[in-house]
This record gives sequence, C-alpha cells and structure tokens, in this order.
Amino acid sequence: MAVTWQPIAEIAEDVRTGKQTSTELVEKSLKAISDHKEFDAIIVSLEENARKRATEIDAKIKNGEKVGRLAGVPFIAKDNFLVFGADTTAASNILKGFKAPYQSTAINRLEAEGAICVAKANLDAFAHGASTENSDFFTTKNPHDKSRVPGGSSGGSAASVALGLAPFALGTDTGGSIRQPASFSGCVGYKPTYGAVSRSGVIAMASSTDVIGPMTSSVQDAALVFDVMAGKDDLDGTTIERDKLGYLIDNNIDVKGKKIAVVKEYMSEGLNDDVKSVIQKSIDKLEAAGAEISEVSIPSIANALAVYYILCPAEVSSNLSRYDGQRFGYYDKDAKNLQASYSNSRGIGFGKEAKRRIIIGTYVLSSGYYEAYYKKAQTVRTKLIKEFSQAFKDHDFLVGPVAPTVAFKIGQNSQDPLQMYLSDVMTVAANLVGIPAISIPAGSSENMPVGLQIMADQTKDRELLNLANQAEGIIK
Amino acid sequence: MSKLKNEDVLKLAQLVRLQLSEQEVTDLTKELSSILEYVEQLDAVDVSGLEPTNQVTGLTNVTRKDEIKDYGYSLEDLQANLPSSKGNQIKVKRMLG
Repeated sequence: MAVTWQPIAEIAEDVRTGKQTSTELVEKSLKAISDHKEFDAIIVSLEENARKRATEIDAKIKNGEKVGRLAGVPFIAKDNFLVFGADTTAASNILKGFKAPYQSTAINRLEAEGAICVAKANLDAFAHGASTENSDFFTTKNPHDKSRVPGGSSGGSAASVALGLAPFALGTDTGGSIRQPASFSGCVGYKPTYGAVSRSGVIAMASSTDVIGPMTSSVQDAALVFDVMAGKDDLDGTTIERDKLGYLIDNNIDVKGKKIAVVKEYMSEGLNDDVKSVIQKSIDKLEAAGAEISEVSIPSIANALAVYYILCPAEVSSNLSRYDGQRFGYYDKDAKNLQASYSNSRGIGFGKEAKRRIIIGTYVLSSGYYEAYYKKAQTVRTKLIKEFSQAFKDHDFLVGPVAPTVAFKIGQNSQDPLQMYLSDVMTVAANLVGIPAISIPAGSSENMPVGLQIMADQTKDRELLNLANQAEGIIK
Repeated sequence: MSKLKNEDVLKLAQLVRLQLSEQEVTDLTKELSSILEYVEQLDAVDVSGLEPTNQVTGLTNVTRKDEIKDYGYSLEDLQANLPSSKGNQIKVKRMLG
C-alpha cells in the first residue's frame, strides 16, 4: 500500500536529465498524501507553494540553469520547522494560525539544492512525547497497524516516510524523537552529533539536546540529506564544523574488523524478549560479516532517563516562556489586565504535557531545589559522558535496541506520563552525551517493525553513516 | 524530599503565568510527585570530583561582531502575527487594575 520512491540521488539525477519533472514528483507526493489521509500523518499540505516551486525548477532545467543535488525532490517537514509564510503550529493550540515570518536554516539549505517542502507533519505538541498522542490536534496512526502509535515525537514524519508520502522527512530528536518513531514505523532515523545541523528556525524544546535529522527509506538517503543540511550557521552559535570529507556514503567501507560493542544495560531488564531476539540476530549477522563484537557496560545509563527528565523540563520551561500571547499565538482578548492576559493565554493555549513540563521544570530550577535536582542532574550527565568516552576508546561503535518494545497501542500509555517517559529509556543517553545515533530497520516482532540503534563518538557522523549503510544490507 | 502539595503547584503556576483549573492542579500534583520520586534516584549517585556539564561539544563563549546584519526579515511579516497592535507597536492590556 505504501508508495515507493527511487533513491533520492537517482530522483534528482532524473530531474536534472529530464527523465522526470519536478511537477510530476510533487503531484505524486500530493496524491500519496491525499490517498493516505486516514493515517493523520499530516497537519497541513503546502500544495500551492510546492507546485509553484516545482514549476520554477522545471523552467530552470529547460533554460539549462543549475538546479542542485536535490532537484525536484519532495519532502515533508515536522511541523516545528518554520517554513516561510506557512502555518507552523508545533501541533499546539497556542500556535494555531501562526505564519512563519522567516524560514529555518535547514530548510533554506534543502531548498537551495532544489528540494521542495510539500507538507508539515504531525508531532506531539512542542515535541513533548513518544507517540503523537500529545498532539493538540489528532493522533497519527502507525502505518503497519492503525490501532498503534507511530512513535514520537516525530511520528508524523516517520509515518510519512513509511507510507511513501515523500522520499524523505525532517524530524527533531531531543530524547529519541527521531529514532524511536523510526523504529516503531519502520524507516531510517538519523540523530546527528549535537550542533551538526543549525537549529535556527526550529521551535526549541530542550536546547542542550535538540538536534535536527533526516528520516528516510535508506541510510544512503539519510546521508545525502544530512550532507546538505550540516554545517556552521551564523544564526545558531552551537553549530560545529562539517567533516572535511563530507557525509556521503562510500560503498567500499567494510564492517570487517570494526569494533562494535553491545551495550549491556540496553539488553537487560525491561527489554521485550522478542525485540531482544531481533536485535541479537542482527548482531550475530554483523559478527558473521566480520565485525568484532564484544560487550560493554555503561552503568550510568541506568540514571540517564532521570537526568533527562530533570534537564529537559527545566529547558522546556525556559523555552516555552516566550509563548505569552502578546506577540504571536493564542491571545485571550477578554483578559482584564496584562497579568491575566499572560496566564489565560498560556493556560488555554498550552496542552497538558506542556503544562506538566513547565511546572516540573520551574520546580527543579527554583531556589532551594536547584542544587538538588538541576545541578545534580548536570553532574550525573558528566559521569555519563565520561563513561561513554571510555567506551569509545576501546570500541568504534555501540549497538543496542532503540526502544524496549514495538509500537504500543493508542491509549495504552497516555494516562501515565511516567510510563510514556520510559519509552525514551534507550535513546536519551545519546542526546545527553551529544553523540550521533541512528535507527535502522532490523526485522519485526508481532508483525511490527523493530529498529537497531547504532551509536558513534561525537563528530563521527561520517563513520556512523557508512557503518549503518553496510549494516543495513547485512541485517535485512 | 518532600511530596508536592496542591499549594506548591499553584504557586509555581503563578510564577510562570499559567492559569490552571482546580482539576489540573490536582492531577499535576499527583503526577509531578511520582515523576519527582522517579528522578530522585539520582540522590544515590556518587558524583564526587565531577563538575556539571552545560555544553556537550566543548564550545565556550561563541560571539559575533556587534553589527547589524540583514537576514531579510520583514517588519510586515513579523507584525502579521501580532494579536493586538497599534501602528508599529504591540498593544497589551493595562498593567494595573
């Protein structure tokens, strides 16, 4: 039922050589979106703009002008990316009707290479969640089983790619929000090194861990999209230098002799047996292909989720303070005075999870509790970073599952916030440490996809993508 | 550490200008207590000799020249999102009363 696409580099090549037109590709994507409406992956389709851009690119090709590495390739952005002139809601009521007055750097770079944004995808409001059930609008359905969640928070993006609504989608990953939905929905999800892609023009969640990354059908596609987006940006002071060799896939790289360690803490308690056996089989195949497999223990992983659920709400409470109803977004026009105007606009505009995180974040940052919670969490973060650094001294890559289970049923975890948070238990450490990590399809359990997570040390994005590209072929 | 009470949540909500219904206060108090109980596992972690981490890639004091640069933002586009304005200014409710 899913619509299929050629590899992205081939699509762009066909467009440049006139075998396909941008307009045909955009129409294919728009049709796929309208044919799969029942999955609720999309918040808003940008038909008019997309068609206009396609016509422009096709005209350029006719005139022999240069059109770029992603010429005519349609894509879908998570609705926390600002696309100039388009609705940008972050799936929240407070931003309903907001039109982006500027555009994110990531999308500027993709457009400069000829890519075309066709739609904005659903997410948990402000990216707070692991299922899209926290979207203030609707819940996206898993492409493999409509009674299950697609994962989150980039659930709309993951479902879009799995359904073939476009060749790629953009996600954001603060605690697992690209990798976990990629695992649940069955696509590739790449979380780069912290700072590799500019966050300018992307609605902030937790600034010390937020990253932007591609969601695709293959590692090769992910590497190409990442290569286009990555690099320093004036508008984001945390961006880092690109790898001098770039990030495109080199098919000559072999897994033979690569030192890959299985993270012991991820393979133990709490991991579903069937998921575990899928992961174990993948690891066995990598070993058979010549990888040197061993096991490593990173004890502080046991505390990573607790660290995350202090630091993340703290940063969220700060980042959400800008939504005060006065300059944009929902505004209570009947409020009696300024104070009430702030409180009512926020009280009505924010959903349950945003309120939960604002309150808990404010609590852990408040005087008297700051040392015990926030500072302690930051210090345990240091401990976690040190243990990961040690592991990367002896090993090139770390592997494990992405999530303890396959996609859960809609409604199963939505009444218990802590249970929902546990969905991030195997992904948050990479965010806290700032390292790159990827989810690639590894098999299935209960007829639902299972992702294998591979991690590398900071700035080893090129190495990780190349290893994942090999692993993808070996484990499927 | 102490369990949260409804008054604590209400006070926090006032600090961050967040109107909550009575039901929301009750629910949040219960949920936050269980989340805090979970994160308090960190109390047992030995971190002696370690400093807190604020920034993971080792960047410090990233600055730029203090000069105006045109990023192409238009005043009109920015103003289009204002819920309430007068001329080129944001109009807010009265501060007192």
